[in-house]
Amino acid sequence: MGSPRYFYHVAGKMIPWFAISFLLTLIAGVYYGLFVAPPDYQQGESYRIMYIHVPAAWMSMFIYIVMAVAGVISLVWRIKITEITIISSASVGASFTFLALVTGSLWGKPMWGAWWVWDARLTSELLLLFLYLGIISLYSAIEDKRVAARAISILALVGVVNIPIIHYSVEWWNTLHQTSSVTITGKQAMPTSMLIPLLLMGISFKLYYGAVVLMRARAEVLERDRNTRWVRELVEGEIK
Amino acid sequence: MSTLSLTSAFTLLLKRDLVLAYRRRAELVNPVLFFVLVTAMFPLGIGNDAKLIQAVGPGVIWVAARLAALLSLDTMFRSDFDDGTLEQFMLSAHPISVLVLAKILAHWMITGLPLFIAAPLLAMMLNVPSDAIPTLMLTLVLGTPTLSLIGSVGVALTVGLRRGGVILSLLVLPLYVPVLIFATDAVKTSIVGIPTSAQISILAAMLIGSLVLAPLATAASLRISLS
Amino acid sequence: MSEFLDMGGYAMYVWPSYGLAFVILVANWVSPLLQRRRVLTDIARKLRREKREQK
Repeated sequence: MGSPRYFYHVAGKMIPWFAISFLLTLIAGVYYGLFVAPPDYQQGESYRIMYIHVPAAWMSMFIYIVMAVAGVISLVWRIKITEITIISSASVGASFTFLALVTGSLWGKPMWGAWWVWDARLTSELLLLFLYLGIISLYSAIEDKRVAARAISILALVGVVNIPIIHYSVEWWNTLHQTSSVTITGKQAMPTSMLIPLLLMGISFKLYYGAVVLMRARAEVLERDRNTRWVRELVEGEIK
Repeated sequence: MSTLSLTSAFTLLLKRDLVLAYRRRAELVNPVLFFVLVTAMFPLGIGNDAKLIQAVGPGVIWVAARLAALLSLDTMFRSDFDDGTLEQFMLSAHPISVLVLAKILAHWMITGLPLFIAAPLLAMMLNVPSDAIPTLMLTLVLGTPTLSLIGSVGVALTVGLRRGGVILSLLVLPLYVPVLIFATDAVKTSIVGIPTSAQISILAAMLIGSLVLAPLATAASLRISLS
Repeated sequence: MSEFLDMGGYAMYVWPSYGLAFVILVANWVSPLLQRRRVLTDIARKLRREKREQK
């Protein structure tokens, strides 16, 4: 299964499935989130940002863990495909982290009255963004892509070990110095009508990640195997 | 031929690095000068309101120490990489992580200790009350080796790159944050007079954790960046 | 309709969030496609050059 060529074709078949299910869940989630879910008694309509912010934050953590696991696999067994999935997920992860940060501050403005609040979650999310950017810049700095892939696997592992430490230290630093910030509705029991769009959006972001990481991996596989025979045939097939 | 025992290899390597560093003493002073300079900038920037400077003091000292350590990190493997001795290390019979630990310890002695000596003087400058200075020194003793250990992983990853310096800071600075938070927090609470055993024990735990894990990660990344 | 757009006075926060989300989702969808097309055209150009040299 590990051979890039086999992966290229299998991924090609799977992407449409991911894409369709992603679009369906996204439309359902957004429709449900914006139109059906009742306004929050306390925050009115502004809480609807949660339907973007929370799934994006979930994804930023989820993707980093996937990268760390792929890092372990590619370091131990040196499978080319897992090496490729790390770099293919890096930029998606970074954009979800950025999205989570911006929507976090957009949501914070009406609630806490400031664009950027040194809230523990926002700060650790910011540090997570730096971890992603570190991986992306290290990968692009090393010419030999096999070496680069193994270097970022180490970095992803070192990063994932530090995420709980960073989060704990930020929690410690934050709660001691600031009145505990307003808890987002997550703490109170959320009525199901608000919960459903959140789950829908969560699922749709995961399906989106599935589709995009496969598409990027296919491009990366082509890039890496550019002078192998199967890529030549593929390209010749496409020229005629 | 008689192979060296591990401990003698470790001490030999340590001695070698210290002698090498001693030969170019002038370079040793740079991190300290940088440290003093950066710390002196802040009161100029913030204005001479004593209360404010005192509040900012520990943070400034610690961030300056962090940047000085980062600045000098590059030299850890650079010279050995250029003249090929790093490849010799990789071929040695001894576990690489122990040899790497010797290099990290040497690097800490060369760069960490001078900062440690300069810190009380700077604390005075930022009118950090004198009873908080012992805590500051304690956090520096526990913190600076952790910085060298964590930094060594980043250096090992970027040693092959020609202009790796900027990327090194991007990789390593986020990992320094926990050390910074607990160290400055310890000093701030000691200024107010509250016992700081919690923060100190966490700093010590981080030191021991990185002492065990970092050499392994550094050895692995050296193997990768040299392959 | 306009009441809906107003988002209970929070239009300035809700719509930019959804807008940015849309932009990011599209950008991350398009960029691998562009990358793949760029690689394919590069290889194709290289193949054509090799064919010409063989003649």
